[in-house]
Amino acid sequence: MHKSILFGLATVALFSAPVQADTLEDVKKAGMLKCGVSTGLAGFSQKDEKGSWSGLDVDVCRGVAAAVLGDASKVTYKPLTAKERFTALQSGEIDILSRNTTWTHTRDTSLGLNFAGTIYYDGTGFMVSKKLGVKSALELDGAAACIQAGTSTELAIADYFRENNMKYKVVTFDTSDQTRTGLESGRCDFLVSDQSQLYALRIGLKDPAGAIVLPEVISKEPLGPVVRQGDDKWFNITKWVVNASIEGEFQGVTSENADELAKSGKPGQKRLLGTEGDLGEKLGLSKDWALNVIKQVGNYSESFERNVGQDSPLKIKRGLNAQWNNGGILYSPAMR
Amino acid sequence: MTEDQRAVSSKHAFYNNPKNRALIYQLLLLIGIGYFFYTIVSNTMANMEARGIKSGFGFLQATSGFDILMSLIPFDATYSYGRTFVVGLLNTILVSIIGIILATIIGFLIGVAHFSPNWLIKKLATAYVETFRNIPLLLQVFFWYFAVLAALPTAARDSVSIGEAVFLNVKGLFIPKLIGESGSSIVYLSIAVALIAILFLRRWAKKRQELTGAQFPVLWTGLGIFFGLPLLATLITGIPFGLEYPIMGRFSFDGGITVIPELMALALALSIYTGAFIAEAVRAGIQAVPHGQTEAARSLGMKESKIMSLIVVPQAMRVITPLLNSEYQSLVKNSTLATAIGYPDLFTVFVGTTLNQTGQAIEIVFMTMAVYFVINMIISFVMNRFNKSTQITAR
Ligand SMILES: N[C@@H](CCC(=O)N[C@@H](CS)C(=O)NCC(=O)O)C(=O)O
Repeated sequence: MHKSILFGLATVALFSAPVQADTLEDVKKAGMLKCGVSTGLAGFSQKDEKGSWSGLDVDVCRGVAAAVLGDASKVTYKPLTAKERFTALQSGEIDILSRNTTWTHTRDTSLGLNFAGTIYYDGTGFMVSKKLGVKSALELDGAAACIQAGTSTELAIADYFRENNMKYKVVTFDTSDQTRTGLESGRCDFLVSDQSQLYALRIGLKDPAGAIVLPEVISKEPLGPVVRQGDDKWFNITKWVVNASIEGEFQGVTSENADELAKSGKPGQKRLLGTEGDLGEKLGLSKDWALNVIKQVGNYSESFERNVGQDSPLKIKRGLNAQWNNGGILYSPAMR
Repeated sequence: MTEDQRAVSSKHAFYNNPKNRALIYQLLLLIGIGYFFYTIVSNTMANMEARGIKSGFGFLQATSGFDILMSLIPFDATYSYGRTFVVGLLNTILVSIIGIILATIIGFLIGVAHFSPNWLIKKLATAYVETFRNIPLLLQVFFWYFAVLAALPTAARDSVSIGEAVFLNVKGLFIPKLIGESGSSIVYLSIAVALIAILFLRRWAKKRQELTGAQFPVLWTGLGIFFGLPLLATLITGIPFGLEYPIMGRFSFDGGITVIPELMALALALSIYTGAFIAEAVRAGIQAVPHGQTEAARSLGMKESKIMSLIVVPQAMRVITPLLNSEYQSLVKNSTLATAIGYPDLFTVFVGTTLNQTGQAIEIVFMTMAVYFVINMIISFVMNRFNKSTQITAR
């Protein structure tokens, strides 16, 4: 009848077979990483006219491919809506889900999945049409919201309006395009989503200047890559690829100077880049795993600025997503 | 014991009775199938457990934490996931019933119009069927939704309004709500009484016609009773109703009843689409009635409209009813296209949001499939009963 039913049946079919998981082996054998991304969200995962993907989430896929296969381009992308994403991962259709997905307790504990860190600290925000003259979310009593189905946003907004004793109507669509159309047609007065995504959605409006993003941020939405539970080796790899990129920035290793520093850098830099110690082997990877990540994809700062920061149309400031010693909360555990 | 007797007694052995034997085979097959499914389910459960995926139906009691656009029963984020199932189910039933009623009306009108002596009406009926049957339903759903959204005014103050009581804008149709005060129960009772009275009247009139041949205007008298009695009760009890009017707020209207555009678009698309199929069924049914019937009626001097409604359509029903059954079932299944435009039916709410918030795909998909199965069984049951009642033999 519908995709979801097929997914449901596929899930039954898959789970009625016994468990066996070695994603690393599978990926190496296939020579390709299967990565679940969004259907198109500027800055996070989007496809250009030539069919190549880019974005902050895409860089996680590319990073893992670089670490595991030595080549960041060895990735097959699988666009998924919010509703499809977890089943796709559970059923083995993808190896990693990197699709602006919020790390929540329920998802982490009851879906058979593990969150491998946070690559972007976000929060739910509001975008309204300018002509309504609304300056704060607290003025939205009685308004209608457009929102995407199967997101943590659905929960965040319900909490917020309940807390503030306000009423609202929620129109829930399957895709973000539909939520945008909903706002443009006036079916809803405001659009709710992770704030970073609001900026991305705004660029896509017919009249971007006609909409404003309100100052309120009403929830915690730490976004990060997800893998299946029960495959610790793969979980570790994903987690440490994310950390390598963050640590790379912290240690001042960039795609430009990585080769250089591997030879003549400080001990910490050499350990990261594999010319000292055996961090790669411990993950079941080659020595130069992190060197490949940083050389081919860049460190966190390079990736951020290119995709969502000053070098991108989104122009998002680092804010919470700056290093911990720079006013943010980005912090990689120790690389040793 | 003679040969004959032995033959008889061995024939009578339990396992030799062909009926019992058939039953035993059926039972064995059932046990086999049952075991097969049991293995799948228990394996699935065990493997899900091993992979750390939650299973079971405990989630139905947990607080949902999200809101739903439209609900026929009280609902907000503090209600349980189990309640989201009921809310979605009721919304599915609502759009299905509206769809079935409208589709039937459209179908019969268009189907009969095929036989109109008027050339234009006939061609219009054909054009209707050809157009709406051949465009994919999903496209029609989108079309009506965006047509509805695009055609209507956006701001609350620009709404189309009728007598400052009914308002229409892009957020829906807002109508006053009837609020029953003390004494209103008498009016509700009078409606029930009127319905029973009409039933008796019909029976009496039928008997009288069989006995004396004299006809009684059941329709008009019935309508008179149906509206007259409650009206009388309302007046006697001193109009025990208040109206809650929609009131304009900053963004939209509050109070009264809201008919959301998603419901309008979906109901419209479903009934227009299914109506085209029903029209074809009606046409086939009418064509199946032997022409002699019409001619006989004409020779008796009956009016054309009477021939259609008293002679042809009742006999055509034998062909039409089974076809209606499957059209109604398709309509219910097609109502899941609600997801495409965000109408909160069972599919959107339960398989959409609830599934994603809980991750319990298997339980939820199973419950949902069971519901559509049961609804369609009910439709089949009702239509079969109706079919039996229409089975008069052609003469
Ligand atoms: N972070 C939230 C929201 C994620 C989400 O789906 N956001 C929408 C924004 S409207 C999106 O990315 N849509 C793009 C798509 O459907 O591909 C979650 O994990 O539930």
